Amino acid sequence: MYSNRYIFIYASVMVVVVAVVLSTIATLLKPMQDANIKMEKIQSILASFHIESTQDNAFELFENHIKHQYIVNYEGSYEKGNAFDVDLRVELRKPIEERQMPLFEVSDLNNRKNYVIPLYGGGLWGPIWGYMALKEDFKTINGVIFDHQGETPGLGAEISTPVFEKQFKDKRIFDKNHNFVSVKVVKGGADKDDPHAVDGISGGTITSDGVSDMLKNNIRFYLNFYEQNILTK
Amino acid sequence: MSLFSSQNRKLITTPLGKDNPITVKVLGICSALAVTVKLEPAFVLAVSVVAVMGISNVIISILRNGIPPRIRIIVQLTVIASMVIIVDQVLKAFVYDISRQLSVFVGLIITNCIIMGRLEAFAIANKPWPSFLDGIGNAAGYGGILIIVAFFRELLGSGTLWDYPVIEKIGLYNIGYENNGFMILPPMALIVVGIIIWVQRSRDKDLVDIS
Repeated sequence: MYSNRYIFIYASVMVVVVAVVLSTIATLLKPMQDANIKMEKIQSILASFHIESTQDNAFELFENHIKHQYIVNYEGSYEKGNAFDVDLRVELRKPIEERQMPLFEVSDLNNRKNYVIPLYGGGLWGPIWGYMALKEDFKTINGVIFDHQGETPGLGAEISTPVFEKQFKDKRIFDKNHNFVSVKVVKGGADKDDPHAVDGISGGTITSDGVSDMLKNNIRFYLNFYEQNILTK
Repeated sequence: MSLFSSQNRKLITTPLGKDNPITVKVLGICSALAVTVKLEPAFVLAVSVVAVMGISNVIISILRNGIPPRIRIIVQLTVIASMVIIVDQVLKAFVYDISRQLSVFVGLIITNCIIMGRLEAFAIANKPWPSFLDGIGNAAGYGGILIIVAFFRELLGSGTLWDYPVIEKIGLYNIGYENNGFMILPPMALIVVGIIIWVQRSRDKDLVDIS
């Protein structure tokens, strides 16, 4: 029979040993994990304007295709900066006027200017995020990439499949009168000719709505930038 | 007793067949449904479970005489959870894509009933070496079924094996063959497991319940 004292000491020692072992391993592996996360981000940004990359050539392609990185403020002015390392989660928690949002100016496969906007929002179970490439007019979508942390496989998780993402190509975020309307994910299927809507995912309505909200909330920040720097030119 | 006496060999071989965790004990079904769409994640999960189970069994077996019975389940769980976290961290560092695909299922190894079951039923009362063999055997029995299921689901559902386009290469698409989209959905794993159980029981009459 073991005394209570023994049990307490046993449990305490066990907890300390486990904590030391796990934190050591986590610290040792952290640099490699961060490199993987960075690599994935690079590949996603490239994929948003249809550039396929492998782990070997991603850095090089990124260097070649990303022309400028900007930090944009709400008034619409911008300056060069390290857009890649901006933490969207932190920026989106601030009031919209105080945000410093990233913007990439890139050239696509045909050497046409594109703008890439990072996106971040919420799905059903956790965060969803993505990258949207807009053509030079800042109105027409060239491509999107979505990803998620843990949406339901086969339902909400379908947002990160090419079938879903392809629908966004050539959709428009402004209507004919230059009003911002974003692109909606429509439950039950969108009208084919509607330039501002795509088909939702059966069984993934909350994730679909999350995508709609994410697009609207993230893009609207750049409206002043659009008006001052692109519309007027 | 030598390292690979017939008794020790049995510890590995029975879970592969007559005492298989999935087809006979029907444990660990949930992950078997979830990660068997493709061979690669199924294989990685199988290897992860073998690692977690082999090592946890040995650790518990070494500690078995010092573990206070009143907190033994907590100790077992701590050991499994630590092993799973280590496996998860290693996957994230070295095979990031696959760890993304497996997502929550690596974490869910913790709740895999097979592991707790073997610690409680075997390792807590046996020496480290037999416990190690028992762990490896049961994990391999589990992983083997996972890989068989994934083989059929990937081949029939996506037309590939380990992402190699087999069906396309032998030209079946040209004569009108199409992939069966049903195979990609989780319920089909259940049906494949059912077929494996059926085949196994029809070959081994000992497993048939006579009630």
